[in-house]
Amino acid sequence: MSTILEIRDLKKSYDGGFEALKGVNLSIEEGEIIALLGPNGAGKTTLISAICGIVMPTSGSVTVAGHDIGTDFRAARTLIGLVPQEVALEPFEKVINTVRFSRGLFGKRGNDPLIESILKRLSLWDKRNNQIKELSGGMKRRVLIAKALAHEPRVLFLDEPTAGVDVELRKDMWEIVADLKADGVTIILTTHYIEEAEAIADRIGVIAKGEILLVEDKDALMQRMGKKELEVQLSAPLDALPASLQSEHVRLGADGDSLIYTYDTRAERTGITKLLSDVAAEGLVLRDVVTRQSSLEDIFVTLVKEDAA
Amino acid sequence: MNWTAIKSIYVFEMTRFFRTFLQSLISPVLSTSLYFVVFGAAIGSRINEVEGVSYAAFIVPGLIMLSVMTQGISNGSFGIYFPKFIGTIYELLSAPVNFLEIVVGYVGAAATKAMFIGIIILITAFFFVDLHIMHPGAMVLFLVLTCVSFSLFGFIIGIWAKNFEQLQLVPLLIVTPLVFLGGSFYSISMLPPVWQAISMFNPVVYLISGFRWAFFGIADVPIGTSLMAIAAFTGLCLLVIGWIFRTGWRIRE
Repeated sequence: MSTILEIRDLKKSYDGGFEALKGVNLSIEEGEIIALLGPNGAGKTTLISAICGIVMPTSGSVTVAGHDIGTDFRAARTLIGLVPQEVALEPFEKVINTVRFSRGLFGKRGNDPLIESILKRLSLWDKRNNQIKELSGGMKRRVLIAKALAHEPRVLFLDEPTAGVDVELRKDMWEIVADLKADGVTIILTTHYIEEAEAIADRIGVIAKGEILLVEDKDALMQRMGKKELEVQLSAPLDALPASLQSEHVRLGADGDSLIYTYDTRAERTGITKLLSDVAAEGLVLRDVVTRQSSLEDIFVTLVKEDAA
Repeated sequence: MNWTAIKSIYVFEMTRFFRTFLQSLISPVLSTSLYFVVFGAAIGSRINEVEGVSYAAFIVPGLIMLSVMTQGISNGSFGIYFPKFIGTIYELLSAPVNFLEIVVGYVGAAATKAMFIGIIILITAFFFVDLHIMHPGAMVLFLVLTCVSFSLFGFIIGIWAKNFEQLQLVPLLIVTPLVFLGGSFYSISMLPPVWQAISMFNPVVYLISGFRWAFFGIADVPIGTSLMAIAAFTGLCLLVIGWIFRTGWRIRE
């Protein structure tokens, strides 16, 4: 894979002195899906806006397939599609006309078969002659995606594509993203929904206070930072943890009716066998055994907390 | 130049105009007809000829200019303000287009609409007065330049405005008085000397005078001065727009 987007020391500060981006460095490979996670005001949208030309960066450089976004903005922007966070559409325009307009604006000649295929893929073909104001919120989001795809971009930015969208439509969006990836489109998405990043991203970037805290392969990140817990539910509650079971990895559940054991899945010995034999030796009667893996959300919260500390 | 983008912007804007074609057409025709009835027939019948031209005919160039200037400003300002207001400006800013292409697309469409209205008023005028255009080429030139320059001016207002009130502020408080006091309905020579001198600071005087010259061969100021005035105004607007796009003032944060 080759690098399609290269961000070097990108900074953006405002007149009041607020630094929205404090020297962001990021390389994105062609064909991957990278999710940028971050709390509100972390700088996710500013980063996307600076790359796409909506906000003027204070310093730093960005290249798209080798084209600088400042000195060679035409070539760079032609490769980029942007789906903004806010649903911004001309309310009285027909769906098909607004998508055709987007293609023309990017300097591409009309291509009705392509527009038709985009609209069909996004389930908008039946609504092509409707005015945008007649569409539902979910449909409007699809129109934004259709507009962004109309000029056949190689890099697609999705700024919180599923914010305020119902569960069903969110799943639809994920399928659309998967289709686009299959076509070789590189996707950079920002999201509040960590499950979204967990479900569709190849890599995760965590951004807070204008800085990238971490960029890592999703699976490696979850394996590295993810912890597993074993909950041994007991038939009768305990007042205190028996001496033979006391360890930094074992604690008593809130109601005293369970033992919670934290372990590392990558370790050679997880210690589960010993724990269970110790439990049996104490004469405790088991009701059930449950295991849990920490989610990306737990990892994210840990990272952001560490950064704040 | 990204001609495809310019064409897209132009066509998109003109589609909006034709979507409300009847309103766009009826309003200027009705208001012009009213002006002809009130100023031409009712009051004009009691006014002697102005510099050898019947009063009803004399006000035609001023009436066309009045509409063309206000239409140019409102179309030019609304064209760019609306995407700012509803947020669709993001697409324009992220597209591979430069400022010149954006301006040609939006201002071109705004000027076309203004010219359309100007021509409709001219046609309406033929139903009310006996009109003969002495210099048709100059008339078209002045019409085009005025449409373009006032659409450019409107474009600047559209970028400057932060809300709908501001969008109306400049046209209502500055442009309309200047146009009314710019000799739309009278010759500057009819004013007392002091007011004649003051009027010379009103840029609209030069435009209306030049346009009227194209119709009847009579003018308050020399035709060359009128042309220079409109060229200077257009140049100034272009400079301001160039600066806006270089600095990103009120469009790129």
